[in-house]
Amino acid sequence: MIIELGHYALVLALATAVIQAALPILGARLNDRGLMELASSAAVACFLLVAFAFAVLTFAYVTSDFSVRNVWENSHSLKPLIYKISGVWGNHEGSMLLWLLILTFFSALVAAFGRNLPETLTANVLAVQAWIAMAFALFILLTSNPFARLVPAPGEGKDLNPILQDVGLAIHPPLLYLGYVGFSVCFSFAVAALIEGRIDAAWARWVRPWTLAAWTFLTAGISMGSYWAYYELGWGGWWFWDPVENASFMPWLAGTALLHSALVMEKREALKIWTVLLAIMTFSLSLLGTFLVRSGVLTSVHAFATDPTRGIFILAILVFFIGGAFALFAFRASHLKAGGIFAPISREGALVFNNLILTTATATVLTGTLYPLVLEALTGDKISVGPPFFNMTFGLLMLPLLFAVPFGPLLAWKRGDLAGVSQRLFAAVAIGLLCGTAYYYFMNGGPVLALFGIALGVYLIVGSLTDLALRSGLGKVAGNVAWRRFSGLPRSAFGTALAHIGLGITLVGVVAVTAFETETVVEMKPGMTVDAGGYSLRFDGMRNGSGPNYTEESGHFTISRGGVTLSEVWSSKRLYQARRMPTTEAGIRTFGLSQLYVSLGDQINEGGIVVRIWWKPMILCIWGGTLFMMAGGFVSLSDRRLRVGAPAKAKRPKSVPVGAAE
Amino acid sequence: MKRLALALLLLLAPVGTAFAVNPDEVLADPALEARARAISAELRCMVCQNQSIDDSNAELAKDLRVLVRERLANGDSDEAVIDYVVSRYGEFVLLKPRFETKTLILWGMPATLLVVGAITLIVAARRRGAQAKGTPLSEAEKEKLKKLLQP
Repeated sequence: MIIELGHYALVLALATAVIQAALPILGARLNDRGLMELASSAAVACFLLVAFAFAVLTFAYVTSDFSVRNVWENSHSLKPLIYKISGVWGNHEGSMLLWLLILTFFSALVAAFGRNLPETLTANVLAVQAWIAMAFALFILLTSNPFARLVPAPGEGKDLNPILQDVGLAIHPPLLYLGYVGFSVCFSFAVAALIEGRIDAAWARWVRPWTLAAWTFLTAGISMGSYWAYYELGWGGWWFWDPVENASFMPWLAGTALLHSALVMEKREALKIWTVLLAIMTFSLSLLGTFLVRSGVLTSVHAFATDPTRGIFILAILVFFIGGAFALFAFRASHLKAGGIFAPISREGALVFNNLILTTATATVLTGTLYPLVLEALTGDKISVGPPFFNMTFGLLMLPLLFAVPFGPLLAWKRGDLAGVSQRLFAAVAIGLLCGTAYYYFMNGGPVLALFGIALGVYLIVGSLTDLALRSGLGKVAGNVAWRRFSGLPRSAFGTALAHIGLGITLVGVVAVTAFETETVVEMKPGMTVDAGGYSLRFDGMRNGSGPNYTEESGHFTISRGGVTLSEVWSSKRLYQARRMPTTEAGIRTFGLSQLYVSLGDQINEGGIVVRIWWKPMILCIWGGTLFMMAGGFVSLSDRRLRVGAPAKAKRPKSVPVGAAE
Repeated sequence: MKRLALALLLLLAPVGTAFAVNPDEVLADPALEARARAISAELRCMVCQNQSIDDSNAELAKDLRVLVRERLANGDSDEAVIDYVVSRYGEFVLLKPRFETKTLILWGMPATLLVVGAITLIVAARRRGAQAKGTPLSEAEKEKLKKLLQP
């Protein structure tokens, strides 16, 4: 019964979305406040209904109600509770419901925080959000109903894919979707602006917090997914340029560009048309990503989407929204007036450069991802586009951008002084080269390019700090004055610096691992010792164990350095009972920012086993850097709220009784 | 989501926890082995999704790894080995496609976009610059200004 209530709530959510999609926009046309105000309450209602449906599905999973087909297909009564809950979105139907939940959640947020927006803008934005919600609610109800029943109900479920039984699944998809779908708000704002034919700096100010929030979550989601793949897949890779990874990376690149162009628009009223276009493109790439993953066109044997109607349905959604938005753009863009003027060498110029490179990079990833598909459809030729292609093209594109990053915040608006800025960054370049050389010698040589890679990363970090130091007048004014100025800097300055520092840290990690990683593949018998990264690993033997729904064999290793025992590590292979599927649980030990990564292979005779040991120098920098980027996003977000006052309830000074001041 | 797909990709690989490169495959000469690893990273495992033969544990990938090492041990150059593998398995096996007519757009895209984008920006900046300078005052206007400025 409760399952049917969940299904019914979803149908009601669709009905609410239809109302929210139609009436407010009419209200905006007719200037009818009643109709416009409907948007906010409809958005909240729609969110509550979808949330209820989602809660019902979660309830079915937690209580292992195998009369629901979706639960039977993806759950098992013995599965630990956390995986029962995360299993809700570990499958096609559930993940689409999560998509819709987050979309309506953002609509409700706009309704809640949008009180100070112009009425017509709120109405239009929420209406556009509702069109998207309508499309996806229809998609779920017509092709991917998670509430479908199974008669008679089986006694036991088929269990969730063992690789997905990990805390990673609990965190990664919700974060990724918060980012992915969060860009829908930017899209809706852009389309609403085109419908109204009016756009100004205030618009950019309203859009920026949403962009920042979505970008921050997407950063978190991608980074989390990368770390998950790293420790779970058992071969120590952290980025594969897999089409599905690219699907989430493209909106991130475009979103990063949007973040920067919206800045120009907000401060200088320039790049209006471009920003609107970028907002549309960013969410279009999110939709494209959803299509690529959900339809299975890229991986024709993709287990999630066996039903071609789903692919066609999402393609229709894609064509409608992207096509519609671009058509609207073509009609209306000329109505938008271009704004502020700036010299090529200026803060605006630097941000335009950022946009040029990031857009080109996005297009490169998009081309690389879709090229084999299109070429095969057109000519029948089969080619592959894999990591070597992306590393080369993307890497080359990023080089000039990375070098330019510290210049941006140092250049003045309107007209900047390139020579002066270069002078101020001289110390950063010097420190970078010094660190690069030092690390190079410390690692006893290696590819010379690695030296410059590390130098570039350190230069980014020091260069970003230079901006903060110069702004607080460090070295020019007394220490306490500099400190007061430093703490008085706007939060967005710290946000920028943190995000750029994070980029530098990630770069250092990427370069160090790529250039200095070592890999040892050996057959080990108990008592044998192998050296890796300056540490010695002794294989002590195997042990059998079992968990709630798996059995495992674990190898025990003792780690020592210079004869001193430092640590120990277990590396396991698991066999999940329900699906008879093996997984590798790599043994990972962290030393500073570097890691030893131990993975088990096949057993060989006489108690021996194949062991793979990697030394991953500075690898934690890769994800540590993204933590800085996220911190930058949140810090910047807090600044926006305070200064722009999205809910602008300006605090009035407390009225003081006349005479009391005397 | 990416993670789900990766997991599913892994499912497609033949089940078994065998590793990519096994100790029995490794060549005795470290320089030759390093070349073999570099070549392997550029060759696709034909039965997997987006995995190089260096990463894959599929049987076919193992055969290819052994093949690459055999050719190298016979004294082939890197190019000769890759050419040989392509002649047997087609261009699909290359993870970095060759620069040819059919991959022109693929390889040309980044540079073209960058150049076209840069030219557009420069032209736009010039136009804006011209607008910013505005038109100089006409003679009549100068006369008028002079009069106004005179006490």
